[in-house]
Amino acid sequence: MGAPAAIELRGVSRRYGERHALDDVSVDVPAGATLVVFGPNGAGKSTLLRVLATLLRPHGGEARVLGEPLPEREWAVRGKVGLLAHDALLYRDLSARENLRFHARLHRVSEARVEELLERTRLVGRADDPVRTLSRGLLQRVAVCRAVLHDPPLLLLDEPRANLDPAAAALIEPLVGRASGRTRVVTSHDPAGGLAEADLALGLRDGRVALSAPAGDVDTAAVEELYR
Amino acid sequence: MSARREPRPMRPSLALLRKDLLLERRAPESIPAMLLLTVTTFVLFHFGIGRDAVAGQLAAGVLTVTLLFAAILGINRLFVSEQEEGGFDGVLLAPIDRTALLLAKAAALFLFLTIVEVVAVAAFAILLLGPSPWPAVPGLVLVLALLNGALAIVGTLVSGLAIRTRARDLIVPIVALPLLTPALIGAAEALAPLFAAGGAESVPTKWLGVLALYDLVFGLLAYAVFDFLLED
Repeated sequence: MGAPAAIELRGVSRRYGERHALDDVSVDVPAGATLVVFGPNGAGKSTLLRVLATLLRPHGGEARVLGEPLPEREWAVRGKVGLLAHDALLYRDLSARENLRFHARLHRVSEARVEELLERTRLVGRADDPVRTLSRGLLQRVAVCRAVLHDPPLLLLDEPRANLDPAAAALIEPLVGRASGRTRVVTSHDPAGGLAEADLALGLRDGRVALSAPAGDVDTAAVEELYR
Repeated sequence: MSARREPRPMRPSLALLRKDLLLERRAPESIPAMLLLTVTTFVLFHFGIGRDAVAGQLAAGVLTVTLLFAAILGINRLFVSEQEEGGFDGVLLAPIDRTALLLAKAAALFLFLTIVEVVAVAAFAILLLGPSPWPAVPGLVLVLALLNGALAIVGTLVSGLAIRTRARDLIVPIVALPLLTPALIGAAEALAPLFAAGGAESVPTKWLGVLALYDLVFGLLAYAVFDFLLED
């Protein structure tokens, strides 16, 4: 792949107190490629996404996202990243429409884009209900709308299909799937499904890289080994 | 240094302020709690100091201390919606100058305090104040506006500092109360002549100047450091 790197990590580390959540992590992700990150709970997957999103600063190593070094130019990365985290990052007493309009104003996106996304994710009928009244699946669909609202070139997706039924998963596929054409970092616990959508596979265990290879060179058994 | 100043932080500030006001209207928390604390404190003073009516310095002290305690409640709640609702990360991911967040939160707290004071001053006049409050109203508005500025700026700064800590409820009063002491003194000294037993006198410009200077200094300080308070 000759595309310029959208993500370059060299020996990146991040601690919580004395505990290393990321330790000496290195990986390159070319623009437009999909990196799928595997690993058991507590392996550092979510921390990696938060570092890439500029929400956490690396404590060591070199990190470059969309060509910008972190943390020196983290402000230049904000607004170009769409993060779908475990938390929906929504205000629960506001409706889906109010939440999306609020984020649209922060990102200087038109309200027409909000309506377009509500249509595409079939949320129009529940768009004015407070999001605290929505099911987990509907909430995830609103969170997807928030993550792609500003059409970011880089998507950071923490188990994007969690809580979604197959129909809903198909609904968000054009927005956050391979077809979106964006650079993606996706965390997954599904070896077969994850490898199927990956260009690159990264396995983390206790914050360290236990597997790093093109997805075509990795079989599901190698991924399953991470969980043993 | 990662901070960057945006030339026009007003647009995102208005969006953030609008969101905070909408949340408070949708699920009222801060204003009712501040109001209840204010009226309860007046009742406690009424019985605690054993007087039916107060005037002068004592009246000014009772009013400002009560408003300060109510403000502490508001300051404690200022960023709670961001933390509890998980929306804070969403805001931090947006390409906005974080000064916008400072402006929005300070404006929200200023508005909450103003709403509380409309009721609080009326309750104070009924429950405790000896002299008629009407001649004092113009001066009162001016002093309380300057006091609210101080409470809003320092409150936002301290709340921003405490948001990353687990002991937020402890840190806010421990840090905010000493920082706000000069503003409290300035407001009490400025209000005392307005509540004089013989009728409202003019507000001493010296203390108005102290309050205005306090607002300016802490406003500039907040502008300079707020970005860094929010950094991981």
